[in-house]
Amino acid sequence: MSATAINQLYVFVLAVFVGFEVISKVPVVLHTPLMSGTNAIHGIVMLGGVLVLGTADTPVLVALGFTAVVFGAMNLFGGFVVTDRMLEMFKKKPRDKR
Amino acid sequence: MSETRALPTVFQLAYLASAVLFIVGLKFLSSPARARRGNLMAAIGMAVATAATLGVLWMPGGGFHNQGLIVAGIVIGAALGTAGARWVQMTQMPQMVALLNGFGGGAAALISTGDFLHAAFHGERLSGTVVASTILGCIIGSLSFSGSLVAFGKLQGIISERAITSPLQKVINGVLFFAILATVAGIAARGGSTWFLALLIEALLFGVLMVIPIGGADMPVVISLLNSFTGLAVAATGFALTNNALIISGTLVGASGTLLTTLMCKAMNRSLANVLFAGVGAGPVAAPGAPGSAAAKPVREIGVDDAAVLLSNIQSLIVVPGYGMAVAQAQHAVRELADPLAQRGVEVKYAIHPVAGRMPGHMNVLLAEANVPYDQLFDLDQINPEFEHADVALVIGANDVVNPAARTDRQSPIYGMPILDADKAQHVIVIKRSLNPGFAGIDNPIYYDPRTLMLFGDAKGVVARLVEAMKAAA
Repeated sequence: MSATAINQLYVFVLAVFVGFEVISKVPVVLHTPLMSGTNAIHGIVMLGGVLVLGTADTPVLVALGFTAVVFGAMNLFGGFVVTDRMLEMFKKKPRDKR
Repeated sequence: MSETRALPTVFQLAYLASAVLFIVGLKFLSSPARARRGNLMAAIGMAVATAATLGVLWMPGGGFHNQGLIVAGIVIGAALGTAGARWVQMTQMPQMVALLNGFGGGAAALISTGDFLHAAFHGERLSGTVVASTILGCIIGSLSFSGSLVAFGKLQGIISERAITSPLQKVINGVLFFAILATVAGIAARGGSTWFLALLIEALLFGVLMVIPIGGADMPVVISLLNSFTGLAVAATGFALTNNALIISGTLVGASGTLLTTLMCKAMNRSLANVLFAGVGAGPVAAPGAPGSAAAKPVREIGVDDAAVLLSNIQSLIVVPGYGMAVAQAQHAVRELADPLAQRGVEVKYAIHPVAGRMPGHMNVLLAEANVPYDQLFDLDQINPEFEHADVALVIGANDVVNPAARTDRQSPIYGMPILDADKAQHVIVIKRSLNPGFAGIDNPIYYDPRTLMLFGDAKGVVARLVEAMKAAA
Protein backbone atom coordinates (compact mmCIF):
# COMPACT_ATOMS: atom_id res chain seq x y z
CA MET A 1 0.00 0.00 0.00
CA SER A 2 1.13 3.53 -0.74
CA ALA A 3 1.72 6.10 1.99
CA THR A 4 -1.47 7.89 0.94
CA ALA A 5 -3.50 4.73 1.32
CA ILE A 6 -2.04 4.09 4.76
CA ASN A 7 -2.89 7.63 5.84
CA GLN A 8 -6.42 7.20 4.57
CA LEU A 9 -6.73 4.00 6.54
CA TYR A 10 -5.69 5.89 9.69
CA VAL A 11 -8.33 8.52 9.03
CA PHE A 12 -10.93 5.82 8.49
CA VAL A 13 -10.15 3.86 11.65
CA LEU A 14 -10.03 6.98 13.84
CA ALA A 15 -13.32 8.19 12.36
CA VAL A 16 -14.92 4.86 13.30
CA PHE A 17 -14.01 5.49 16.93
CA VAL A 18 -15.09 9.13 16.87
CA GLY A 19 -18.37 8.10 15.24
CA PHE A 20 -19.26 5.53 17.87
CA GLU A 21 -18.17 7.86 20.68
CA VAL A 22 -20.19 10.87 19.53
CA ILE A 23 -23.30 9.01 18.49
CA SER A 24 -23.68 6.66 21.44
CA LYS A 25 -24.68 9.69 23.53
CA VAL A 26 -27.69 10.63 21.41
CA PRO A 27 -30.91 9.95 23.36
CA VAL A 28 -33.64 7.69 21.99
CA VAL A 29 -35.97 10.70 21.56
CA LEU A 30 -33.68 12.04 18.85
CA HIS A 31 -32.96 8.85 16.95
CA THR A 32 -34.99 9.81 13.88
CA PRO A 33 -33.39 13.26 13.52
CA LEU A 34 -30.01 11.61 14.14
CA MET A 35 -30.67 9.24 11.30
CA SER A 36 -31.85 11.91 8.88
CA GLY A 37 -29.02 14.20 10.01
CA THR A 38 -26.34 11.61 9.39
CA ASN A 39 -28.16 10.88 6.16
CA ALA A 40 -27.60 14.51 5.18
CA ILE A 41 -23.93 14.25 6.13
CA HIS A 42 -23.35 11.39 3.71
CA GLY A 43 -24.86 13.75 1.14
CA ILE A 44 -21.24 14.96 0.89
CA VAL A 45 -21.04 12.23 -1.73
CA MET A 46 -22.29 15.01 -4.02
CA LEU A 47 -18.73 16.36 -4.00
CA GLY A 48 -17.48 13.02 -5.25
CA GLY A 49 -19.92 13.38 -8.11
CA VAL A 50 -18.61 16.89 -8.74
CA LEU A 51 -15.04 15.58 -8.99
CA VAL A 52 -16.07 12.80 -11.39
CA LEU A 53 -18.10 15.17 -13.56
CA GLY A 54 -15.28 17.73 -13.44
CA THR A 55 -12.90 15.25 -15.08
CA ALA A 56 -15.47 13.56 -17.33
CA ASP A 57 -14.52 13.67 -20.99
CA THR A 58 -16.84 11.17 -22.64
CA PRO A 59 -20.67 11.19 -22.79
CA VAL A 60 -20.88 8.06 -20.60
CA LEU A 61 -18.79 9.64 -17.84
CA VAL A 62 -20.67 12.93 -18.12
CA ALA A 63 -23.96 11.08 -17.70
CA LEU A 64 -22.65 9.10 -14.72
CA GLY A 65 -21.17 12.17 -13.05
CA PHE A 66 -24.20 14.35 -13.68
CA THR A 67 -26.61 11.75 -12.24
CA ALA A 68 -24.33 11.33 -9.23
CA VAL A 69 -24.31 15.09 -8.62
CA VAL A 70 -28.12 15.29 -8.83
CA PHE A 71 -28.58 12.25 -6.55
CA GLY A 72 -26.02 13.56 -4.08
CA ALA A 73 -27.54 17.04 -4.01
CA MET A 74 -31.00 15.58 -3.36
CA ASN A 75 -29.58 13.54 -0.51
CA LEU A 76 -27.69 16.51 0.92
CA PHE A 77 -30.30 19.26 0.71
CA GLY A 78 -33.30 17.02 1.42
CA GLY A 79 -31.54 15.57 4.45
CA PHE A 80 -30.68 18.86 6.08
CA VAL A 81 -34.08 20.45 5.42
CA VAL A 82 -36.04 17.49 6.71
CA THR A 83 -33.86 17.23 9.83
CA ASP A 84 -34.32 20.91 10.53
CA ARG A 85 -38.09 20.54 10.22
CA MET A 86 -38.08 17.74 12.76
CA LEU A 87 -35.75 19.41 15.23
CA GLU A 88 -37.82 22.57 15.14
CA MET A 89 -40.60 20.56 16.77
CA PHE A 90 -38.30 19.35 19.52
CA LYS A 91 -37.08 22.84 20.30
CA LYS A 92 -40.38 23.82 21.87
CA LYS A 93 -40.05 24.11 25.61
CA PRO A 94 -41.27 20.99 27.43
CA ARG A 95 -43.93 23.00 29.28
CA ASP A 96 -45.05 25.01 26.30
CA LYS A 97 -48.67 24.06 25.68
CA ARG A 98 -50.59 26.15 23.26
CA MET B 1 -5.49 9.34 -11.62
CA SER B 2 -6.52 9.52 -8.04
CA GLU B 3 -3.26 11.31 -7.22
CA THR B 4 -3.98 14.05 -9.75
CA ARG B 5 -7.14 14.76 -7.80
CA ALA B 6 -5.26 15.41 -4.57
CA LEU B 7 -6.28 18.89 -3.60
CA PRO B 8 -4.12 21.93 -2.75
CA THR B 9 -3.42 22.73 0.89
CA VAL B 10 -5.93 25.51 1.42
CA PHE B 11 -8.74 23.26 0.22
CA GLN B 12 -7.56 20.38 2.38
CA LEU B 13 -7.71 22.72 5.38
CA ALA B 14 -11.25 23.70 4.43
CA TYR B 15 -12.13 19.99 4.41
CA LEU B 16 -10.60 19.62 7.85
CA ALA B 17 -12.74 22.49 9.12
CA SER B 18 -15.86 20.88 7.68
CA ALA B 19 -15.00 17.55 9.33
CA VAL B 20 -14.74 19.34 12.68
CA LEU B 21 -18.11 20.99 12.07
CA PHE B 22 -19.70 17.59 11.30
CA ILE B 23 -18.39 16.04 14.50
CA VAL B 24 -19.35 18.97 16.73
CA GLY B 25 -22.73 19.13 15.00
CA LEU B 26 -23.34 15.46 15.74
CA LYS B 27 -22.31 16.06 19.33
CA PHE B 28 -24.89 18.83 19.62
CA LEU B 29 -27.52 16.39 18.40
CA SER B 30 -27.47 14.70 21.79
CA SER B 31 -29.65 17.30 23.49
CA PRO B 32 -33.09 18.29 22.19
CA ALA B 33 -32.43 21.96 22.97
CA ARG B 34 -29.17 22.18 21.01
CA ALA B 35 -29.94 19.64 18.32
CA ARG B 36 -31.18 22.15 15.78
CA ARG B 37 -27.98 24.16 16.10
CA GLY B 38 -26.05 20.93 15.61
CA ASN B 39 -27.80 20.27 12.33
CA LEU B 40 -27.09 23.82 11.24
CA MET B 41 -23.39 23.39 12.07
CA ALA B 42 -23.23 20.25 9.97
CA ALA B 43 -24.91 22.16 7.13
CA ILE B 44 -22.33 24.94 7.43
CA GLY B 45 -19.61 22.28 7.33
CA MET B 46 -21.14 21.02 4.13
CA ALA B 47 -21.21 24.54 2.66
CA VAL B 48 -17.50 24.95 3.47
CA ALA B 49 -16.59 21.63 1.85
CA THR B 50 -18.71 22.43 -1.21
CA ALA B 51 -17.21 25.89 -1.60
CA ALA B 52 -13.70 24.42 -1.38
CA THR B 53 -14.47 21.79 -4.02
CA LEU B 54 -16.06 24.28 -6.38
CA GLY B 55 -13.06 26.55 -5.80
CA VAL B 56 -10.77 23.79 -7.07
CA LEU B 57 -12.89 23.39 -10.19
CA TRP B 58 -12.52 27.02 -11.13
CA MET B 59 -8.83 27.14 -10.37
CA PRO B 60 -6.91 28.40 -13.40
CA GLY B 61 -5.05 25.55 -15.04
CA GLY B 62 -6.86 22.96 -12.90
CA GLY B 63 -7.83 21.03 -16.00
CA PHE B 64 -11.43 20.57 -14.88
CA HIS B 65 -14.43 20.95 -17.16
CA ASN B 66 -18.22 20.70 -17.22
CA GLN B 67 -18.55 23.46 -14.61
CA GLY B 68 -21.89 24.56 -16.01
CA LEU B 69 -23.29 21.05 -15.80
CA ILE B 70 -22.01 20.71 -12.24
CA VAL B 71 -23.83 23.83 -11.10
CA ALA B 72 -26.96 22.72 -12.97
CA GLY B 73 -26.84 19.28 -11.32
CA ILE B 74 -26.47 20.77 -7.87
CA VAL B 75 -29.34 23.22 -8.46
CA ILE B 76 -31.66 20.51 -9.79
CA GLY B 77 -30.87 18.10 -6.96
CA ALA B 78 -31.15 20.84 -4.35
CA ALA B 79 -34.55 21.93 -5.68
CA LEU B 80 -35.92 18.36 -5.79
CA GLY B 81 -34.53 17.44 -2.37
CA THR B 82 -35.70 20.62 -0.66
CA ALA B 83 -39.17 20.41 -2.18
CA GLY B 84 -39.58 16.80 -1.07
CA ALA B 85 -38.30 17.59 2.41
CA ARG B 86 -40.73 20.49 2.78
CA TRP B 87 -43.83 18.59 1.69
CA VAL B 88 -43.28 15.24 3.32
CA GLN B 89 -45.52 14.43 6.28
CA MET B 90 -44.01 13.31 9.56
CA THR B 91 -45.72 9.91 9.25
CA GLN B 92 -43.89 9.47 5.95
CA MET B 93 -40.50 10.23 7.46
CA PRO B 94 -39.23 6.62 7.25
CA GLN B 95 -39.80 6.40 3.50
CA MET B 96 -38.35 9.89 3.01
CA VAL B 97 -35.17 8.91 4.86
CA ALA B 98 -35.06 5.65 2.89
CA LEU B 99 -35.38 7.52 -0.39
CA LEU B 100 -32.74 10.16 0.42
CA ASN B 101 -30.47 7.41 1.68
CA GLY B 102 -30.98 5.49 -1.55
CA PHE B 103 -29.96 8.49 -3.63
CA GLY B 104 -26.79 8.84 -1.56
CA GLY B 105 -25.98 5.18 -2.15
CA GLY B 106 -26.76 5.50 -5.85
CA ALA B 107 -24.45 8.49 -6.12
CA ALA B 108 -21.64 6.51 -4.45
CA ALA B 109 -22.15 3.60 -6.86
CA LEU B 110 -22.11 5.93 -9.89
CA ILE B 111 -18.98 7.72 -8.66
CA SER B 112 -17.16 4.42 -8.15
CA THR B 113 -18.23 3.28 -11.61
CA GLY B 114 -17.25 6.63 -13.14
CA ASP B 115 -13.87 6.51 -11.47
CA PHE B 116 -13.18 3.00 -12.73
CA LEU B 117 -14.42 3.69 -16.26
CA HIS B 118 -12.40 6.90 -16.48
CA ALA B 119 -9.21 4.97 -15.85
CA ALA B 120 -10.28 2.16 -18.20
CA PHE B 121 -11.07 4.62 -21.03
CA HIS B 122 -7.71 6.31 -20.63
CA GLY B 123 -5.77 3.07 -20.23
CA GLU B 124 -4.55 4.15 -16.79
CA ARG B 125 -3.54 1.56 -14.23
CA LEU B 126 -5.30 2.07 -10.93
CA SER B 127 -3.58 1.12 -7.69
CA GLY B 128 -4.86 -1.89 -5.80
CA THR B 129 -6.35 0.35 -3.10
CA VAL B 130 -8.31 2.37 -5.64
CA VAL B 131 -9.60 -0.72 -7.46
CA ALA B 132 -10.69 -2.28 -4.17
CA SER B 133 -12.35 0.98 -3.12
CA THR B 134 -14.26 1.38 -6.36
CA ILE B 135 -15.43 -2.24 -6.15
CA LEU B 136 -16.63 -1.80 -2.56
CA GLY B 137 -18.22 1.56 -3.30
CA CYS B 138 -20.02 0.08 -6.29
CA ILE B 139 -21.32 -3.00 -4.44
CA ILE B 140 -22.36 -1.32 -1.19
CA GLY B 141 -23.70 1.78 -2.90
CA SER B 142 -25.83 -0.15 -5.42
CA LEU B 143 -27.11 -2.43 -2.71
CA SER B 144 -28.09 0.59 -0.66
CA PHE B 145 -29.71 2.29 -3.67
CA SER B 146 -31.96 -0.57 -4.78
CA GLY B 147 -32.54 -1.81 -1.22
CA SER B 148 -33.63 1.67 -0.12
CA LEU B 149 -35.96 2.01 -3.09
CA VAL B 150 -37.63 -1.31 -2.20
CA ALA B 151 -37.88 -0.18 1.45
CA PHE B 152 -39.40 3.09 0.21
CA GLY B 153 -41.90 1.13 -1.90
CA LYS B 154 -42.87 -1.04 1.05
CA LEU B 155 -43.29 1.90 3.44
CA GLN B 156 -45.23 3.90 0.87
CA GLY B 157 -47.48 0.93 0.19
CA ILE B 158 -46.40 0.57 -3.46
CA ILE B 159 -44.95 -2.88 -2.73
CA SER B 160 -46.58 -5.27 -0.23
CA GLU B 161 -45.31 -4.63 3.28
CA ARG B 162 -45.48 -8.35 3.89
CA ALA B 163 -42.33 -10.37 3.83
CA ILE B 164 -42.31 -11.68 0.27
CA THR B 165 -40.61 -15.05 0.31
CA SER B 166 -40.29 -17.97 -2.05
CA PRO B 167 -38.50 -21.29 -1.81
CA LEU B 168 -36.31 -20.31 -4.75
CA GLN B 169 -35.06 -17.22 -2.95
CA LYS B 170 -32.15 -18.86 -1.18
CA VAL B 171 -31.01 -20.48 -4.42
CA ILE B 172 -31.22 -17.22 -6.39
CA ASN B 173 -29.44 -15.30 -3.63
CA GLY B 174 -26.71 -17.94 -3.51
CA VAL B 175 -26.19 -17.88 -7.28
CA LEU B 176 -26.11 -14.09 -7.30
CA PHE B 177 -23.66 -14.01 -4.41
CA PHE B 178 -21.23 -16.25 -6.26
CA ALA B 179 -21.77 -14.29 -9.47
CA ILE B 180 -20.70 -11.14 -7.60
CA LEU B 181 -17.64 -12.91 -6.22
CA ALA B 182 -16.73 -14.14 -9.71
CA THR B 183 -17.15 -10.65 -11.16
CA VAL B 184 -14.95 -9.16 -8.45
CA ALA B 185 -12.33 -11.78 -9.26
CA GLY B 186 -12.66 -10.85 -12.94
CA ILE B 187 -12.05 -7.17 -12.18
CA ALA B 188 -9.09 -8.03 -9.97
CA ALA B 189 -7.66 -10.02 -12.90
CA ARG B 190 -7.57 -6.79 -14.92
CA GLY B 191 -11.07 -7.08 -16.32
CA GLY B 192 -12.34 -3.98 -18.10
CA SER B 193 -15.40 -1.79 -17.92
CA THR B 194 -17.82 -4.55 -19.00
CA TRP B 195 -16.96 -6.47 -15.86
CA PHE B 196 -17.51 -3.41 -13.74
CA LEU B 197 -20.92 -2.68 -15.26
CA ALA B 198 -21.88 -6.31 -14.66
CA LEU B 199 -20.93 -5.84 -11.02
CA LEU B 200 -23.12 -2.74 -10.81
CA ILE B 201 -26.14 -4.62 -12.15
CA GLU B 202 -25.58 -7.68 -9.95
CA ALA B 203 -25.29 -5.54 -6.83
CA LEU B 204 -28.45 -3.61 -7.72
CA LEU B 205 -30.32 -6.89 -8.08
CA PHE B 206 -28.91 -8.15 -4.82
CA GLY B 207 -30.23 -5.08 -2.98
CA VAL B 208 -33.75 -5.75 -4.26
CA LEU B 209 -33.61 -9.42 -3.28
CA MET B 210 -32.22 -8.53 0.14
CA VAL B 211 -35.05 -6.20 1.19
CA ILE B 212 -38.05 -7.82 -0.57
CA PRO B 213 -38.28 -10.70 1.94
CA ILE B 214 -38.25 -8.40 4.98
CA GLY B 215 -41.56 -7.52 6.64
CA GLY B 216 -42.65 -3.94 7.35
CA ALA B 217 -42.35 -4.31 11.12
CA ASP B 218 -38.61 -4.91 10.70
CA MET B 219 -38.11 -1.69 8.75
CA PRO B 220 -36.40 0.15 11.65
CA VAL B 221 -33.54 -2.34 11.35
CA VAL B 222 -33.43 -2.23 7.56
CA ILE B 223 -33.39 1.56 7.35
CA SER B 224 -30.62 1.82 9.94
CA LEU B 225 -28.61 -0.82 8.12
CA LEU B 226 -29.04 0.82 4.71
CA ASN B 227 -28.05 4.16 6.22
CA SER B 228 -24.89 2.57 7.49
CA PHE B 229 -24.27 0.98 4.06
CA THR B 230 -24.50 4.31 2.27
CA GLY B 231 -22.09 5.80 4.81
CA LEU B 232 -19.57 3.05 4.13
CA ALA B 233 -20.06 3.35 0.35
CA VAL B 234 -19.32 7.07 0.62
CA ALA B 235 -16.22 6.32 2.67
CA ALA B 236 -15.12 3.90 -0.06
CA THR B 237 -15.50 6.61 -2.72
CA GLY B 238 -13.39 8.81 -0.44
CA PHE B 239 -10.60 6.20 -0.65
CA ALA B 240 -10.94 6.02 -4.42
CA LEU B 241 -10.87 9.79 -4.89
CA THR B 242 -8.22 10.41 -2.19
CA ASN B 243 -10.63 12.66 -0.38
CA ASN B 244 -10.53 12.69 3.41
CA ALA B 245 -13.76 14.68 3.77
CA LEU B 246 -15.67 11.84 2.12
CA ILE B 247 -13.88 9.23 4.22
CA ILE B 248 -14.61 10.99 7.51
CA SER B 249 -18.26 11.84 6.78
CA GLY B 250 -19.04 8.43 5.35
CA THR B 251 -17.41 6.66 8.27
CA LEU B 252 -19.28 8.76 10.86
CA VAL B 253 -22.55 7.77 9.19
CA GLY B 254 -21.47 4.15 8.91
CA ALA B 255 -20.76 4.10 12.65
CA SER B 256 -24.08 5.70 13.57
CA GLY B 257 -26.05 3.39 11.30
CA THR B 258 -24.28 0.36 12.73
CA LEU B 259 -25.00 1.50 16.27
CA LEU B 260 -28.70 2.07 15.56
CA THR B 261 -28.96 -1.28 13.75
CA THR B 262 -27.56 -3.03 16.81
CA LEU B 263 -29.93 -1.13 19.12
CA MET B 264 -32.97 -2.02 17.01
CA CYS B 265 -32.03 -5.70 16.84
CA LYS B 266 -31.55 -5.73 20.60
CA ALA B 267 -34.98 -4.13 21.05
CA MET B 268 -36.49 -7.07 19.22
CA ASN B 269 -34.19 -9.65 20.76
CA ARG B 270 -33.23 -10.87 17.30
CA SER B 271 -29.97 -11.15 15.49
CA LEU B 272 -29.37 -9.13 12.36
CA ALA B 273 -29.21 -12.39 10.39
CA ASN B 274 -32.63 -13.36 11.70
CA VAL B 275 -34.13 -10.03 10.66
CA LEU B 276 -32.57 -10.20 7.20
CA PHE B 277 -33.08 -13.83 6.32
CA ALA B 278 -35.87 -15.34 8.43
CA GLY B 279 -38.73 -13.77 6.47
CA VAL B 280 -40.69 -12.93 9.63
CA GLY B 281 -44.09 -11.53 8.72
CA ALA B 282 -44.66 -13.89 5.81
CA GLY B 283 -47.06 -16.23 7.57
CA PRO B 284 -50.70 -16.26 6.49
CA VAL B 285 -53.00 -14.33 8.80
CA ALA B 286 -55.58 -16.57 10.47
CA ALA B 287 -59.10 -15.49 9.57
CA PRO B 288 -60.70 -13.99 12.65
CA GLY B 289 -63.50 -16.10 14.00
CA ALA B 290 -62.31 -19.24 12.28
CA PRO B 291 -62.54 -22.29 14.50
CA GLY B 292 -59.50 -22.64 16.68
CA SER B 293 -58.27 -19.20 15.80
CA ALA B 294 -57.78 -16.45 18.32
CA ALA B 295 -61.09 -14.71 17.86
CA ALA B 296 -63.00 -17.70 19.13
CA LYS B 297 -61.91 -16.72 22.64
CA PRO B 298 -64.06 -14.24 24.57
CA VAL B 299 -63.03 -10.61 24.84
CA ARG B 300 -64.48 -7.81 26.95
CA GLU B 301 -65.69 -4.94 24.86
CA ILE B 302 -66.22 -1.35 26.00
CA GLY B 303 -68.08 1.52 24.33
CA VAL B 304 -66.84 5.09 23.93
CA ASP B 305 -69.12 6.46 26.68
CA ASP B 306 -68.11 3.88 29.25
CA ALA B 307 -64.46 4.37 28.38
CA ALA B 308 -64.91 8.13 28.87
CA VAL B 309 -66.37 7.54 32.33
CA LEU B 310 -63.52 5.23 33.21
CA LEU B 311 -60.91 7.74 32.01
CA SER B 312 -62.60 10.56 33.92
CA ASN B 313 -61.95 8.84 37.23
CA ILE B 314 -58.28 7.95 37.07
CA GLN B 315 -55.12 9.27 38.70
CA SER B 316 -52.61 8.02 36.20
CA LEU B 317 -52.61 7.12 32.53
CA ILE B 318 -49.95 5.57 30.38
CA VAL B 319 -50.50 5.85 26.64
CA VAL B 320 -48.88 3.15 24.50
CA PRO B 321 -48.82 4.42 20.92
CA GLY B 322 -47.98 2.15 18.01
CA TYR B 323 -47.64 2.36 14.27
CA GLY B 324 -51.42 1.96 13.92
CA MET B 325 -51.80 5.34 15.62
CA ALA B 326 -49.46 6.89 13.10
CA VAL B 327 -51.26 5.33 10.16
CA ALA B 328 -54.59 6.64 11.45
CA GLN B 329 -52.98 10.10 12.02
CA ALA B 330 -54.44 9.96 15.51
CA GLN B 331 -51.53 11.59 17.37
CA HIS B 332 -53.18 15.03 17.55
CA ALA B 333 -56.45 13.53 18.84
CA VAL B 334 -54.47 11.57 21.43
CA ARG B 335 -52.90 14.75 22.74
CA GLU B 336 -56.34 16.40 22.90
CA LEU B 337 -57.44 13.48 25.02
CA ALA B 338 -54.41 13.52 27.31
CA ASP B 339 -53.97 17.28 27.81
CA PRO B 340 -57.22 17.97 29.75
CA LEU B 341 -56.45 14.94 31.90
CA ALA B 342 -52.99 16.27 32.65
CA GLN B 343 -54.42 19.68 33.49
CA ARG B 344 -56.76 17.98 35.95
CA GLY B 345 -53.75 16.55 37.71
CA VAL B 346 -53.79 13.10 36.16
CA GLU B 347 -50.31 11.79 35.65
CA VAL B 348 -49.98 11.25 31.89
CA LYS B 349 -47.05 9.39 30.42
CA TYR B 350 -46.29 7.95 27.01
CA ALA B 351 -44.54 4.61 26.76
CA ILE B 352 -42.40 4.40 23.64
CA HIS B 353 -41.07 1.06 22.50
CA PRO B 354 -37.77 1.32 20.58
CA VAL B 355 -39.29 -0.30 17.51
CA ALA B 356 -42.65 1.50 17.63
CA GLY B 357 -43.09 2.97 14.17
CA ARG B 358 -41.07 2.26 11.09
CA MET B 359 -37.71 3.79 11.96
CA PRO B 360 -35.73 4.40 15.16
CA GLY B 361 -37.35 7.17 17.19
CA HIS B 362 -40.23 7.57 14.71
CA MET B 363 -42.90 7.66 17.43
CA ASN B 364 -41.11 10.44 19.30
CA VAL B 365 -41.15 12.61 16.19
CA LEU B 366 -44.87 12.00 15.60
CA LEU B 367 -45.73 12.91 19.17
CA ALA B 368 -43.45 15.95 19.10
CA GLU B 369 -45.29 17.07 15.97
CA ALA B 370 -48.54 16.83 17.93
CA ASN B 371 -46.94 19.07 20.59
CA VAL B 372 -46.69 16.35 23.20
CA PRO B 373 -44.04 17.62 25.65
CA TYR B 374 -41.00 15.40 25.34
CA ASP B 375 -40.67 15.08 29.11
CA GLN B 376 -43.83 12.96 28.99
CA LEU B 377 -42.17 10.42 26.68
CA PHE B 378 -40.53 7.46 28.36
CA ASP B 379 -38.62 4.56 26.93
CA LEU B 380 -39.05 0.93 27.83
CA ASP B 381 -36.70 0.70 30.82
CA GLN B 382 -38.02 3.87 32.41
CA ILE B 383 -41.72 3.12 32.04
CA ASN B 384 -42.03 -0.61 32.69
CA PRO B 385 -41.83 -0.40 36.51
CA GLU B 386 -44.63 2.17 36.41
CA PHE B 387 -47.32 0.14 34.68
CA GLU B 388 -48.39 -1.69 37.84
CA HIS B 389 -49.15 1.67 39.50
CA ALA B 390 -51.05 3.01 36.50
CA ASP B 391 -54.84 3.09 36.56
CA VAL B 392 -55.16 2.75 32.81
CA ALA B 393 -52.83 1.73 30.02
CA LEU B 394 -54.29 3.04 26.78
CA VAL B 395 -52.94 0.99 23.87
CA ILE B 396 -53.48 2.71 20.53
CA GLY B 397 -52.46 0.91 17.39
CA ALA B 398 -49.73 -1.05 19.12
CA ASN B 399 -49.73 -4.81 19.10
CA ASP B 400 -46.55 -6.88 19.18
CA VAL B 401 -44.80 -4.46 21.57
CA VAL B 402 -47.38 -5.23 24.28
CA ASN B 403 -47.72 -8.93 23.54
CA PRO B 404 -47.18 -10.87 26.79
CA ALA B 405 -46.47 -13.99 24.75
CA ALA B 406 -42.99 -12.51 24.32
CA ARG B 407 -42.45 -13.17 28.03
CA THR B 408 -44.05 -16.57 28.38
CA ASP B 409 -44.64 -18.44 25.14
CA ARG B 410 -41.51 -20.19 23.96
CA GLN B 411 -43.26 -21.08 20.69
CA SER B 412 -43.99 -17.46 19.84
CA PRO B 413 -41.86 -15.92 17.08
CA ILE B 414 -41.38 -12.86 19.29
CA TYR B 415 -40.42 -14.85 22.41
CA GLY B 416 -37.74 -12.95 24.32
CA MET B 417 -38.44 -9.56 22.76
CA PRO B 418 -38.51 -6.87 25.47
CA ILE B 419 -42.08 -5.60 25.66
CA LEU B 420 -43.98 -2.82 27.40
CA ASP B 421 -45.74 -4.30 30.43
CA ALA B 422 -49.11 -2.73 29.63
CA ASP B 423 -50.90 -5.83 30.91
CA LYS B 424 -49.76 -4.98 34.45
CA ALA B 425 -51.88 -1.82 34.66
CA GLN B 426 -55.17 -1.88 36.60
CA HIS B 427 -57.12 -1.57 33.35
CA VAL B 428 -55.99 -1.90 29.80
CA ILE B 429 -57.96 -0.20 27.07
CA VAL B 430 -56.99 -1.36 23.60
CA ILE B 431 -58.16 0.73 20.66
CA LYS B 432 -58.12 -1.44 17.57
CA ARG B 433 -60.07 -1.90 14.36
CA SER B 434 -60.75 -5.58 14.81
CA LEU B 435 -59.23 -8.67 16.33
CA ASN B 436 -57.06 -9.26 13.30
CA PRO B 437 -53.61 -10.22 14.47
CA GLY B 438 -50.95 -7.59 13.95
CA PHE B 439 -48.47 -7.24 11.22
CA ALA B 440 -46.41 -10.25 12.09
CA GLY B 441 -49.59 -12.34 12.19
CA ILE B 442 -48.97 -13.27 15.82
CA ASP B 443 -51.94 -13.60 18.15
CA ASN B 444 -51.88 -11.41 21.24
CA PRO B 445 -53.12 -12.82 24.60
CA ILE B 446 -53.48 -9.30 26.02
CA TYR B 447 -56.78 -8.99 24.15
CA TYR B 448 -58.28 -11.87 26.11
CA ASP B 449 -56.92 -10.74 29.48
CA PRO B 450 -59.79 -10.10 31.95
CA ARG B 451 -58.36 -6.64 32.67
CA THR B 452 -58.47 -5.67 29.06
CA LEU B 453 -61.31 -3.72 27.52
CA MET B 454 -61.43 -3.65 23.75
CA LEU B 455 -62.58 -0.41 22.16
CA PHE B 456 -63.15 -1.24 18.53
CA GLY B 457 -62.88 1.32 15.74
CA ASP B 458 -60.56 3.55 13.79
CA ALA B 459 -58.02 5.09 16.18
CA LYS B 460 -58.56 8.69 15.11
CA GLY B 461 -62.37 8.51 15.15
CA VAL B 462 -62.53 6.65 18.45
CA VAL B 463 -60.17 9.01 20.24
CA ALA B 464 -62.01 12.06 18.87
CA ARG B 465 -65.32 10.65 20.14
CA LEU B 466 -63.67 9.90 23.50
CA VAL B 467 -62.61 13.55 23.74
CA GLU B 468 -66.18 14.68 23.03
CA ALA B 469 -67.70 12.23 25.49
CA MET B 470 -65.33 13.36 28.23
CA LYS B 471 -66.10 17.03 27.57
CA ALA B 472 -69.81 16.24 27.87
CA ALA B 473 -69.25 14.33 31.10
CA ALA B 474 -67.14 17.06 32.71
